[in-house]
Amino acid sequence: MAETTEHEDVSKHMGKYYVVFVALLCLTAVTVGVSYLHLKRPLAITVALIIASVKAGLVAAVFMHLISERKVIYAVLILTALFFIVLLALPNLTTFEHHSGMPGT
Amino acid sequence: MSETAIPYMVKPHPVTGIPNGKLGIWLFLASEVMLFGALFSSYVLIRTGMPHWPPEGGLSSEVLNVPLGTFNTAVLITSSITMVLAWASCKMGSLPKFRSWMGATVFLALVFLVVKYFEYSDKFHHEHFPSHDNFYAVYFVLTGLHGLHIVGGIIVNTYLLTAGSKMWQTDPEHFTNRVENAGLYWHFVDLVWIFLFPSLYLL
Repeated sequence: MAETTEHEDVSKHMGKYYVVFVALLCLTAVTVGVSYLHLKRPLAITVALIIASVKAGLVAAVFMHLISERKVIYAVLILTALFFIVLLALPNLTTFEHHSGMPGT
Repeated sequence: MSETAIPYMVKPHPVTGIPNGKLGIWLFLASEVMLFGALFSSYVLIRTGMPHWPPEGGLSSEVLNVPLGTFNTAVLITSSITMVLAWASCKMGSLPKFRSWMGATVFLALVFLVVKYFEYSDKFHHEHFPSHDNFYAVYFVLTGLHGLHIVGGIIVNTYLLTAGSKMWQTDPEHFTNRVENAGLYWHFVDLVWIFLFPSLYLL
């Protein structure tokens, strides 16, 4: 029956959920540990953001099931990512305009 | 009533391949990315424009309470897995197990808020209000908005735990989808904190 296979499907994934849970806790410990090393700022920011991105990736891929999601959701997320990048780049764009001496109006 | 019900809440929509509720929650999360993204972008702009961060000197890790922040990170991560287990319990057909895991999720969310309350009241005690300087303005806006999202999650999850769970008797598949959608939201709130914690407390 379809329902039985679904049950087995979920129980098969349980191990994966626990592994991700432990990995997230370990990565939290790593990111806090690294902060006590007082690395130079650019390096510290890079390391912290890489660890945070890995953690976010794990949550999104496994807990939010993005690893096996439908195309329509990927499409929504790609569009979101594009706009998000533009949003984060906005401060830089204003600086660029300022230095290039372009007329404001 | 049936003609007013939203279609394709259980079966996948023929065009998208997913139930409508799931598409709806993902679109909502996309808008949330832009909301937090705008504030995060502002944070970067304010911070890079300052000669020193925090403005009063020292390090963020000395101004904010890193042990409490770390503890709260662990609390949210744990609440994410209890949320997954609540959904998995529905999938495996056990309402009592769902109740236990969802209860744990709500409990952990409350623990997060209690810890946050102690952090905030310590800041207020030292007269460090959002108006104090840019550092506290950014800190309170970002963690405050995140905290409101925690409150929203608690409300939805408590509904699913109590009155909302009546749906389990009439339409278990629909109820399971609701739990899944609430879970997607909850994991997103966890995900936001995963970025907020290092960028506010540690860097």
